[in-house]
Amino acid sequence: MQREVALIKQSLFDQGYLDEQFMELEELQDDANPNFVEEVSALYFKDSARLINNIDQALERGTFDFNRLDSYMHQFKGSSTSIGASKVKAECTTFREYCRAGNAEGCLRTFQQLKKEHSTLRKKLEHYFQLARQAGPKETARRPK
Amino acid sequence: MINPGHGRGPDSGTTAGGSNFDPFPANLRVLVVDDDPTCLMILERMLRTCLYRVTRCNRAEIALSLLRKNKNGFDIVISDVHMPDMDGFKLLEHVGLEMDLPVIMMSADDSKSVVLKGVTHGAVDYLIKPVRIEALKNIWQHVVRKKRNDWNVSEHSGGSIEDTGGDRDRQQQQREDADNNSSSINEGNWRSSRKRKEEEVDEQGDDKEDTSSLKKPRVVWSVELHQQFVAAVNQLGVDKAVPKKILEMMNVPGLTRENVASHLQKYRIYLRRLGGVSQHQGNMNHSFMTGQDQSFGHLSSLNGFDLAVAGQLPAQSLAQFQAAGLGRPTLTKPGLSVSPLVDQRTIFNFENPKIRFGDGQGPMMNNGNKQMNLLHGVPTGMEPKQFAGSHMRVQQQMTGVRPGQNVQSSGMMLPVADQLPRGGPSMLPSLGQQPILSSSASRRSDLTGAVAVRNSIPETNSRVLPTTHSVFNNFPSDLPRNSFPLKSAPGISVPVSASYQEEVNSSDAKGGSSAATAATAGFGNPSYDIFNDFPQHQQHNNNISNKLNDWDLRNMGLAFSSNQDAAAATAAFSSSSSTQRKRWETDATVVAEHGQNIQPPSRNLNHLNHVYMDGGSVRVKSERVAETMTCPPANTLFEEQYNQEDLMSAFLKQEGIPPVDNEFDFDGYSIDNIPV
Repeated sequence: MQREVALIKQSLFDQGYLDEQFMELEELQDDANPNFVEEVSALYFKDSARLINNIDQALERGTFDFNRLDSYMHQFKGSSTSIGASKVKAECTTFREYCRAGNAEGCLRTFQQLKKEHSTLRKKLEHYFQLARQAGPKETARRPK
Repeated sequence: MINPGHGRGPDSGTTAGGSNFDPFPANLRVLVVDDDPTCLMILERMLRTCLYRVTRCNRAEIALSLLRKNKNGFDIVISDVHMPDMDGFKLLEHVGLEMDLPVIMMSADDSKSVVLKGVTHGAVDYLIKPVRIEALKNIWQHVVRKKRNDWNVSEHSGGSIEDTGGDRDRQQQQREDADNNSSSINEGNWRSSRKRKEEEVDEQGDDKEDTSSLKKPRVVWSVELHQQFVAAVNQLGVDKAVPKKILEMMNVPGLTRENVASHLQKYRIYLRRLGGVSQHQGNMNHSFMTGQDQSFGHLSSLNGFDLAVAGQLPAQSLAQFQAAGLGRPTLTKPGLSVSPLVDQRTIFNFENPKIRFGDGQGPMMNNGNKQMNLLHGVPTGMEPKQFAGSHMRVQQQMTGVRPGQNVQSSGMMLPVADQLPRGGPSMLPSLGQQPILSSSASRRSDLTGAVAVRNSIPETNSRVLPTTHSVFNNFPSDLPRNSFPLKSAPGISVPVSASYQEEVNSSDAKGGSSAATAATAGFGNPSYDIFNDFPQHQQHNNNISNKLNDWDLRNMGLAFSSNQDAAAATAAFSSSSSTQRKRWETDATVVAEHGQNIQPPSRNLNHLNHVYMDGGSVRVKSERVAETMTCPPANTLFEEQYNQEDLMSAFLKQEGIPPVDNEFDFDGYSIDNIPV
């Protein structure tokens, strides 16, 4: 079981869903805070869902206030970076570039992509944490490889 | 979980109990501010892992109120740059000015411009997200460093200063490394400081302890002093200026490095702000510049001061000003006796309605008062709170005003504009100032005659500041002549004014000379006389006095009470050039009050405004030029918070900006003629 968990985690890294930062977070986990990473993840997804919602609404309005969109995305990028969600972060960067270029179409497209990545990551992490909990706390703290 | 290979922490060791390094960094009280809950959670966790005591909040306003409620409740603040309710840099400024705590900025944005902004706003460090725990492990060094600076500066430290001084320098270097090499030293200091801070009685009985905690002499940054400060900073280079060197260059007895350090921080912030506000100031200055108001140029610079007052005293900008101001030795006459101004100041008390420069004395006096406040606001590093409170000391009697402060502001102003005759800026505060001025005044000699003048000014109100304002105003390109002299003049004021004027005149800036003279004249009653005596100079005087007058008026009515007054002042200002000055006074207007400006205050104001803007001040100048003596911009400046500090800074900036020489050129300036 633990091996399975480790493998899943490894694959997340290999596939680029997560990066070094995630490992940093795991290092912060200890006996006193055994579920730190999971808690942070949960918080991240909750907060980012809110942001996604805001952006959705802003885009639906059709007015394309790039400054505001850029600002939202900056926040999104900040949180994504903090937990190591690298694919999501990459989409954020792309989105911001489109904002700066004033490319509405590009923004829309990127945002769809971003939501997809976000959702994928969420599912994967949920699965991962679930297994990790089943496998035992120690596993999560181990760095892959 | 802790992976030794991870290299976390200085000893790549375990955070458990911080066993690797000295335990003392533990329990550092950190306040972390970030609107992103994910980041906040992660940061908190990391900081706790470092054994720090963490308080987190997600809104800047809450953070500020927390800090205000527990003045000594935190050691360091970490804040995000982009926050919805308040810009991180603004928070940074507030903290720096009010609580004088080290602040670390962080952001996912790593563009150089933002990082630079952090630097100019006075952040002790800038972290790029994602923040790693290694970066957080060493934040204690900033706390220690600051403490050391304080210790070293403290007069009482005596021997310890030397010791710590060396250490401090070393620390500064080490800071870059974020390594623990210096930790031993730091630790030592830190421990001492901590002991002091925590009020725990440690057996160490470090001498530093006593000195640092107990006695921190309050330094009043008079215009003169400030000018000296600015001069020193400029010589060293704004970015390279370190308190120790500045202190050495200033050579002011009784001034501690700590004083300089905190003042430098505020100055930097001020300069920074000026850059932003320059536009407003430009207007102000403009009016001054244009015409005779070379001296008024100071005033404009004062506007910039407002910006500064806002709490930003970008050291750099101020330094620039100073440099600019310093450049013009012509204007300031060290010989100028500041005292005369002082007298005037008292006379003028803000109540004096005679803002007109014609009165000369009246307005000047006010300026002095105001200046005092302004200076007061200037972070002499000692008590930022004082500033807040006494912000408008000006209102208090002139005597109450801390002349010393004025000087400083003026000092700052100087650099702002090349044009401003340095003399001007320094002038102002000295007038009313307190003893500090005298000492600083003497030092000022390098700043410009004006500065020197300050020295002589007895504590009395002569707060040179007001004059300085005018000096700054001169900065604007048009004014180059002035303002500086004014600054210094105030303090020096009157007696010298005559001679000063000559000097001023010599400086290229006509306005400057007048300003200078005005400053001198303004400062004390005598100065006004002088101005009047020199019809030609009068113009300058007017400029200066106008500026000052305005301020006086403003101050008087406005009662500096900090921003509010400033706002009021500004309003008044718009009405007249003098009003502009007034506004300044609220912040820096005091300086302007020199009364030198007796004449078209508007002009000067403009200058002043410019001056403060630091970046803006320079810009302002050009703007001012365009404007010809319309004081309106001054108003804008005042709207900024008129903290004394800001004023000072603004003031200082102004002084720096316009070359003094212009200001004091009284030739052809007649009070009547001052084009407004």
